[in-house]
Amino acid sequence: MARNKEALLLLLDVGPSMHSVLPEIEKVCSLLVQKKLIYNKYDEVGIVLFGTEDTDNELTSEVGGYQHVVVLKDIKVVDGDIVEALQQLPRGKNDGDFLDAVIVAMDMLIKKFGETNKGKKRMCLITNAQYPIKESYKGTKEEQVTTIAKQMTVHGMRMESIILRGKLSQDANKGIMDENDRLLNIFSKETSTRLLYVDNPISLFGALRTRNITPVTVFRGDIEFSPKLKIKVMVYKKTSEEKFPSLKKYSDKAPPNDKHATRDVKVDYEYKSSEDPDKVVPPDRRIKGYPYGPQIVPISSAEWEAVKFKPEKGVKLLGFTESNNVLRHHYMKDVYAFLPEPGNTKAMLALSALARAMKEMNKVAILRCVWRRGQSNVIIGVLTPNLSDRENIPDSFYLNVLPFAEDVREFQFPSFTNFPASWLPNELQLEAADNLIKTLDLAPHGQQEVLLPDFTPNPVLERFYRYLELKSKDPDAAVPPLDDTLKKITEPDGDLLLQNRAVIGSFCRSFELKGNPLKKSRRLLGGKRSFSSVDVEGNITAQPANLIENASVKVEKIGDLTPVQDFEALISRRDGPDWVVKAINEMKNKIFDLVEDSHEGDNYPKALECLVVLRKGCILEQEPKQFNDFLRHLCNFCREKKLNSFCDYLASEGLALIPKTEAIDSEVTDDEARSFLVKSESKVV
Amino acid sequence: MDVDADDIFRDDEDDPDAQHSLLEDESSKEYVVYLVDASPKMFNTTCPAAEQDQNDETHFHIAISCISHTLKSQIINRSYDQVAICFFNTREKKNLQDLNGVYVFNVAEREFLDRPTARLIKEFDHLEESFSKSIGSQHGVVSGTQENSLYNAIWAAQALLRKGSAKTVDKRILLFTNEDDPFGSIKGAVKSDMTRMTLQRAKDAQDLGISIELLPLNHPNEAFNVSQFYADLIGLEGDYLVDFMPSATNRLEDMKDQLRKRMFTKRKVKSLKFTIVNGISIQLNSYALIRPTVPGAITWLDSITNCPLKDLLVQCERTFICADTGALMEEPITRLHPYKNQNITFSMKQLSEIKRVSIGHLHLLGFKPLSCLRDYYNLKPSTFLYPSDEPCGQNHYCSTVSCYGCHWSLHQLNIKNAFLCGYLEEDIYMEQPFGFVAKRSIFFAVGIVSQGTDNSMCIFIALHRKMIQLNRFAVAFGGSSSRPQLVALVAQEEVIQSGSQIEPPGMHMIYLPYSDDIRLVEERYSDSSGMVTKASDDQIKKAADLIKRIDLKGFSVCQLTNPALQRHYAVLQALALAEDDIPEMKDETLPDEEGLARPGVVRALEEFKTSVYGDNYDEENEHNTGEPTEASKKRKANAEFATKECENYDWGELADTGKLKDLTVVELKYYLTANNLPVSGKKEAIITRILTHMGK
Repeated sequence: MARNKEALLLLLDVGPSMHSVLPEIEKVCSLLVQKKLIYNKYDEVGIVLFGTEDTDNELTSEVGGYQHVVVLKDIKVVDGDIVEALQQLPRGKNDGDFLDAVIVAMDMLIKKFGETNKGKKRMCLITNAQYPIKESYKGTKEEQVTTIAKQMTVHGMRMESIILRGKLSQDANKGIMDENDRLLNIFSKETSTRLLYVDNPISLFGALRTRNITPVTVFRGDIEFSPKLKIKVMVYKKTSEEKFPSLKKYSDKAPPNDKHATRDVKVDYEYKSSEDPDKVVPPDRRIKGYPYGPQIVPISSAEWEAVKFKPEKGVKLLGFTESNNVLRHHYMKDVYAFLPEPGNTKAMLALSALARAMKEMNKVAILRCVWRRGQSNVIIGVLTPNLSDRENIPDSFYLNVLPFAEDVREFQFPSFTNFPASWLPNELQLEAADNLIKTLDLAPHGQQEVLLPDFTPNPVLERFYRYLELKSKDPDAAVPPLDDTLKKITEPDGDLLLQNRAVIGSFCRSFELKGNPLKKSRRLLGGKRSFSSVDVEGNITAQPANLIENASVKVEKIGDLTPVQDFEALISRRDGPDWVVKAINEMKNKIFDLVEDSHEGDNYPKALECLVVLRKGCILEQEPKQFNDFLRHLCNFCREKKLNSFCDYLASEGLALIPKTEAIDSEVTDDEARSFLVKSESKVV
Repeated sequence: MDVDADDIFRDDEDDPDAQHSLLEDESSKEYVVYLVDASPKMFNTTCPAAEQDQNDETHFHIAISCISHTLKSQIINRSYDQVAICFFNTREKKNLQDLNGVYVFNVAEREFLDRPTARLIKEFDHLEESFSKSIGSQHGVVSGTQENSLYNAIWAAQALLRKGSAKTVDKRILLFTNEDDPFGSIKGAVKSDMTRMTLQRAKDAQDLGISIELLPLNHPNEAFNVSQFYADLIGLEGDYLVDFMPSATNRLEDMKDQLRKRMFTKRKVKSLKFTIVNGISIQLNSYALIRPTVPGAITWLDSITNCPLKDLLVQCERTFICADTGALMEEPITRLHPYKNQNITFSMKQLSEIKRVSIGHLHLLGFKPLSCLRDYYNLKPSTFLYPSDEPCGQNHYCSTVSCYGCHWSLHQLNIKNAFLCGYLEEDIYMEQPFGFVAKRSIFFAVGIVSQGTDNSMCIFIALHRKMIQLNRFAVAFGGSSSRPQLVALVAQEEVIQSGSQIEPPGMHMIYLPYSDDIRLVEERYSDSSGMVTKASDDQIKKAADLIKRIDLKGFSVCQLTNPALQRHYAVLQALALAEDDIPEMKDETLPDEEGLARPGVVRALEEFKTSVYGDNYDEENEHNTGEPTEASKKRKANAEFATKECENYDWGELADTGKLKDLTVVELKYYLTANNLPVSGKKEAIITRILTHMGK
């Protein structure tokens, strides 16, 4: 544990231009410390703020200067106090100077650890770097930064920087930002660490590594091209799923006030004989059996050891092949990275030459890997080049595991070309799809890719750790909703949809309209499938035109002032067949609005009025299901939104579903109708 | 090391999908009758051999080897399926109805239609040698007789498939023949009569839920004409959704390939709703096309009786004991996680709520160019998606029509259509599509459940085509409920090679990692080494030459069999048949050493070596391996010191006089280190180890 102990200083810009993103920073930094509390509880963390109103650091009292830098928490072993401090960062009033903060942080680390703890001293700078750093007394800013960076390397410190750009920063002087970028890049180069630019809150979440896992080699040795050519490599895991924490079983048997109770549950396994179910078979009388057809073949471990497949350890090249011979979906498992042996320049060169040649020729290599001695299976993998565009990172390879013949199930699927013409999209529809794909672009040219996996955090884990923290304070806390920022991972971006409303609309239209006439023709033919394309096309061209016309000219809404009257007017209009549905839908929207906007129930009476008139309308128009489903939905909605009081209010006012006796189409019985709200009420309690 | 084959093959991942499909296998069984034409024509016609030094193979041989091959994979993968092997146009007869010209092959301890056994496979492998003696070939349909062997064969097969309900069991007849016109030798009314009877027989069988599939073999000069007779028999007409129909073959490999594909009945993992935009969603089925195959689950046996313990499913009993009080308890429903010196408890309900970050199955988020799908975005095998083709019933295609505050008038008109025209059943429901729960704008939607697949299919095809054309993949949120995650949907174009489908058309769902799952190994590397150099153009050129030399032409992923699995089953088969020696398996995964020793390859290798390593490759490598690391230096120094210290004691005497126990552990360890023995354990253990080593 202690060997991997790390000291981390968070350097956070809290200046005015950062205020809008501080909530995100609070979340991600506290998550980082929370994870440390679980996985690296001996790690030490300190917090340095800059851009603050106050000044509080040792350097300022010792040598002066270093204004607006506050050491919020001195370096100490992680605890709940740090989490809480990070959850409510003060908002600063000054534009921060990140270099001051860096120097203060260095000073703290040197004072605390001196020469010890080499390589385990880390700083993490989060800023938008919009404001210039102070001119130095001697030399240029570049020289000053280089000196500091060199000092860092000497003391074995590393600093990663996360720079907020794009949507996350305000308009600022481009010249200053460029200068700062240049300066920060010096740090990145000298201390060989990451310098990341993020332009949306999700990336900010993902950019800060909340858990540090020291990579362990899977294999170190040669890639054998032939017995005469071997290249020394190290193999690491490149991806590996961070699993949901495995939780222990909890025992409630010990008295609740017993402080020393472990609350653990032990699980005992007992194997019993089939002839005598009460007899326990001891472990040494058990033998493994493998099924082979209806037979079960017993094999003891020793026998198995003697006959099993025993490949020799090593990584061997089978050959190179066109990259399109291996398809992307053939990749089977998590990915390995092949790096040249450190310090071995020739190996680095050899890998670099191969990687670049393979990239150029569009080739991949097929390898056979046995990582460990005594491993009883082999892996066939595809090696793809990973060219590095940074000067301090060598070219390397990724290895993906490929399936064996036994792993592939060759199901046959009907060819699209064999389908009847009516199933195939027409030109219009293809164009709609084309537009949709082009507009819902997550990697727009010249902009940062959205939802880049490297920067996208796992929303479930985030939620779990947040809940853990909540529960540590209040054991009865409810599961928190998914963080709003992280919703962008699970749901389409509302802004993107809104911007491209027209395209999405036309996409929907081009596919929507095709369905109905088809169904009609099918129904006419007694439920048999019929694909008379002439019939279909005729209908398509005929319908959309007048539909659009109708809709766009005569839309009338239910107003805010007199919704009841508006509704009645709309539903009784007979100049178009669609008014009924339109009225019902509008009314539903209105009711939702009223309920959601309600402040301590002030809109409830109005909402009830609307519901009553909607109910009446639905009975008249023989649409009971519309109303019943809506009411059910509304009640669920209220319950989810903690608006139970509305349901109670409806129940008290005696509003019920539409039963069969009132509208013949209803599937609801009288009893059900009356008891609906009453029941749901009791369920909630 | 105690080796558990299960652990080895499962590796560090256990795939819920794979287990799921395993369970499915047991619940949905398949009964197959292999119906093989044994007429002299099958023996007389040969296929051109693939390579010069091989003999031509008879059609009969091809059919037999295919079946044998399939049986072997069946016993491994789907041993609950039942098979029968039946020949027609035979001299001898053996079948339930005692029909002429039909012979059902079987072995001891087995019904005609039963699970494949090791003995069946073994004896079937040797059948060809004794075939003419024990079964014999004969023309079945000859003019002048009333015998109709094809009719008899289908009837016999149908009788074999009588057991089991068609609802729970898939029943199939696989017919191998090279005679496209079985009644060609006779003429007139007799012929039409026989044809009619046979077709009626086949239709009766099909009405009973038995599907008849044809695996035709081509004559070298004359293609098998399906429409001559068999198209009617197997009922090719009519249905639009016939699966891909392979063409007739005349090569063993093709036939094996086709049969293998036939043997996999498509089993979907689940069906899911893919929401494209709020308003349109399509119903898809997911299939596990690639999953690691593992040897069957182990069963614990009593080593004395060799009887399975308890019943096969619940082999061991678990009891839960409270660690604090020792009380027996029910399986606890609460879980705990230590945090900040507290035990935080979670109910199962809360845990599942945490994991439920989205409702619905799969939600489109947008599209990206294929180049954004990096090679390291992978965690587990992909899943294949194809539009649901099931008839209406449980699987509806849903189109969700939505109206927001901003009112898409057109959609409302669609609702009108739906309501007023009345094509739709009452299946109208309401839901709040996810994505709008958090939004201020009030939203609801009316879903119209329509019937059929046309629209779903149409949307899918449109997106599929355009994604291929534009080189894009779709990003969606979905994945399993246990691990919701981002997925990439990559459109795959259909690939057909020599008449069979290599890659089906559809989309592959690739599970993307989160930032938490990606490790920054390359960057970590950079701080441990000094300068980084990239290869020069000359070195790259030499590498390119080498790559050209060692080229695997036409490599395809499913070429290689898993040697560990092959070995496993070879061992099982040998033990099951009580054979003494286990046949040696060829490990197909080893590199082609002969090929690599070809002069051209060797030259290219040498040139590449020289350009990178210079002339002293061997020295370099020696040097590198010889160079001791920090740790090994220390270890070496330790060992030297221990050896020196060790010489100061007279171990023999100390041991004899029992004075070893008077020494300190440090002293004792000198001996251990000097003699390369493990130094772990308590003092007693150490002393015992020393005594054992000294042979006392």
